[in-house]
Amino acid sequence: MNGKLNLNMNKVKEARDCARRIASGVHDFVEKHTTVSIERAICRLFGIDGVDDYGIPIPNVVVDHLKSSNLINDGAAYVIGNAILETGLSPQKIAEEISLGRLDLRSLSYRSQDEIFDRIDGLVNDAARKVQLNREKRESLIDELGEGKKPYLYVIVATGNIYEDVIQARAAARQGADIVAVIRSTGQSLLDYVPYGPTTEGFGGTYATQENFRIMRSALDDTGKEVGRYIRLCNYCSGLCMPEIAAMGAIERLDVMLNDALYGILFRDINMKRTLIDQYFSRVINGFAGVIINTGEDNYLTTADAFEEAHTVLASQLINESLALMAGVPEEQMGLGHAFEMDPSIENGFLYELAQAQMSREVFPKAPLKYMPPTKFMTGNIFMGYAQDTLFNVISIMTNQGIQLLGMLTEAIHTPFMSDRYLAIENARYVFNNLRDLGDEIAFKDNGIIQNRAATVLEEALELLREIESIGLFETLERGTFANIKRSPHGGKGLDGVVRKGVKYRNPFIEKMLGGHIYG
Amino acid sequence: MDNCSEKKNQFPSEMDFKRVIPYGDTLNDGKVQLSFTLPVPAGPEADEAVKQMIHKMGLKNPQIVFSREITIGFTFFVAYGEFHHAIDYTAIRVPKISLEKMSMEEIDRFIEDIIRRRIVVVGASTGTDAHTVGIDAIMNMKGFAGHFGLERYKNIDAYNLGSQVQNEELVSKAIELDADAILVSQTVTAKNVHLRNMTSLVELLEAENIRKKIVLIAGGARITHELAKELGYDAGFGPGTFAEDVAAFIVHKMESMI
Repeated sequence: MNGKLNLNMNKVKEARDCARRIASGVHDFVEKHTTVSIERAICRLFGIDGVDDYGIPIPNVVVDHLKSSNLINDGAAYVIGNAILETGLSPQKIAEEISLGRLDLRSLSYRSQDEIFDRIDGLVNDAARKVQLNREKRESLIDELGEGKKPYLYVIVATGNIYEDVIQARAAARQGADIVAVIRSTGQSLLDYVPYGPTTEGFGGTYATQENFRIMRSALDDTGKEVGRYIRLCNYCSGLCMPEIAAMGAIERLDVMLNDALYGILFRDINMKRTLIDQYFSRVINGFAGVIINTGEDNYLTTADAFEEAHTVLASQLINESLALMAGVPEEQMGLGHAFEMDPSIENGFLYELAQAQMSREVFPKAPLKYMPPTKFMTGNIFMGYAQDTLFNVISIMTNQGIQLLGMLTEAIHTPFMSDRYLAIENARYVFNNLRDLGDEIAFKDNGIIQNRAATVLEEALELLREIESIGLFETLERGTFANIKRSPHGGKGLDGVVRKGVKYRNPFIEKMLGGHIYG
Repeated sequence: MDNCSEKKNQFPSEMDFKRVIPYGDTLNDGKVQLSFTLPVPAGPEADEAVKQMIHKMGLKNPQIVFSREITIGFTFFVAYGEFHHAIDYTAIRVPKISLEKMSMEEIDRFIEDIIRRRIVVVGASTGTDAHTVGIDAIMNMKGFAGHFGLERYKNIDAYNLGSQVQNEELVSKAIELDADAILVSQTVTAKNVHLRNMTSLVELLEAENIRKKIVLIAGGARITHELAKELGYDAGFGPGTFAEDVAAFIVHKMESMI
């Protein structure tokens, strides 16, 4: 007997092996390339920050200069490292000189790769140390203050104004939230730069900026002390700036970050090559920083049918797991996504949801799975919506989910009112407390509806993974297998930011952060 | 028992459509349910403030059934009141799209017989709106609740551009595809940005001189036909709309434009 579902573990292993080979195919491509966003992230890790007189972020100014000077194939680390040797200036100073038009990196003579990387070794160590200290600080705060029980209660704030967000976030933490996610302003994922400074105007959310990260981190640390619980802060890496935002998150001690190239490809039409390359470095940073990544499989079911397409979620989770492992993200930091999105009119729908959630739990035993609430069948009948959210909470506690993104009764009506969030937290706490050990007390009937459903989904996922392996992930995305959305490898946003690495290229942060455990 | 059946008999005679008020559990009780938050601490003063507000809303007999300070300085209330300012239901006129129901097969046949060429429909969730639930329900092959979407229609070429599409992009796509109809979905928006966004699309189409050749339709949770007409659209569809409702409107409108 394997777990509660009597899953065929040989099939799980076969599926996982298949996913690993698919991920490795992607990784072979990824390794040969870099992107403008990766190079900007390297600049940021060297401490380059700020904006020029036109408000353009200095990391963009530097990387644009590398691009127009045909130096980008050598990588920012090599070129900036050389400039340090040649000019004796700090990276920030070099960047400012470039932005003022007083330094042209083409005019410098270039030293040997060894000499350059020896010179920047100390800077790389300093940056890594800073991130390491944040990680230790998080661990010591959790030791000191404690933390909420799993499933962590995850709520969003989305006012557009970071100071208003702080008020809402503090209220949510006081009501019992364990994770506060600051939703980004709509459309930020398509910006090929990261806005700068504190911001007070956004649509449907607040810009992710380093200063906003800092403001919210400090507010949640205060509130954490007040309520006697470490409050985790979440933001979004996905989009055209995955590695840069991961770097900012590492520097400002974010705890959870959405990190999923597939989401960007499918739902934001970001070019698949660009974002899969970006994803690798951003996950290396997240992994090293102790950040829990969240993947976006749940979103597939907002466009595709949750009953018929359940296997695509499992297949994608397995691919995401392999890609994360290759980037040094341990299982304990993998918040793989799934969702409670079946049509409420399906007879025994709850049993199928339960089978799916339990299967995710058993296939990924160590992962803090991220479970998403119903959205597609939330109708505006807030009373029925509250009932749907209650069933969703029941499944979560019965199957030991890691992160519970709380459902709002006013989903699809407006961004949550303060009272919506209060009611959501009250609902989850009631269900979790009342049903705390229900999962341990019950077993599922042999060959019953739940076990059979899980077996079917596993079988279908395995078949799909075999098919993906035979055609590759890019072709799979072209065919519209995930979320019923078709994407071309040559289409979408950001392809012009993809660069083939030159012979001198090295990313010293990947080497440092993976600690020699580089895949492949 | 007798009493009960007597009440039932009285029911039709008491019902006056010229004087309609809300119904709780007895005709003409006027019962209304409210819930909201006040940015003040909980206490007798907060309760009194709520009662006064409910009076100002025109409700009688305010009853606070639940109140709790949900974070420092903010109190959540659930309350009831009675609304007695009757509405003359018989005098109400609401602009509606009056079309007979057609099935997917009937619409496909209508296109074949009357329009005599395939028609092109472009749809998107526009502006800052990231929600595709609405446009997907109308356009995607699978549709919603057993009603197939436009992609499934034999004689319709449906292009769903997805979410956060800018008006400029939508218009240039419509021109490129020589679209017969444009569907604009607005699900969740903040601070009425959707109204500005919807108006600017009309202006763009007029600037491109194609507004008159295109059937322009808006849809979404907060969209009504009246609102859409006001903003310069041909029709607006609210919740509970299926693909065939939209398609039937498009083909009939196209027929009138031929």
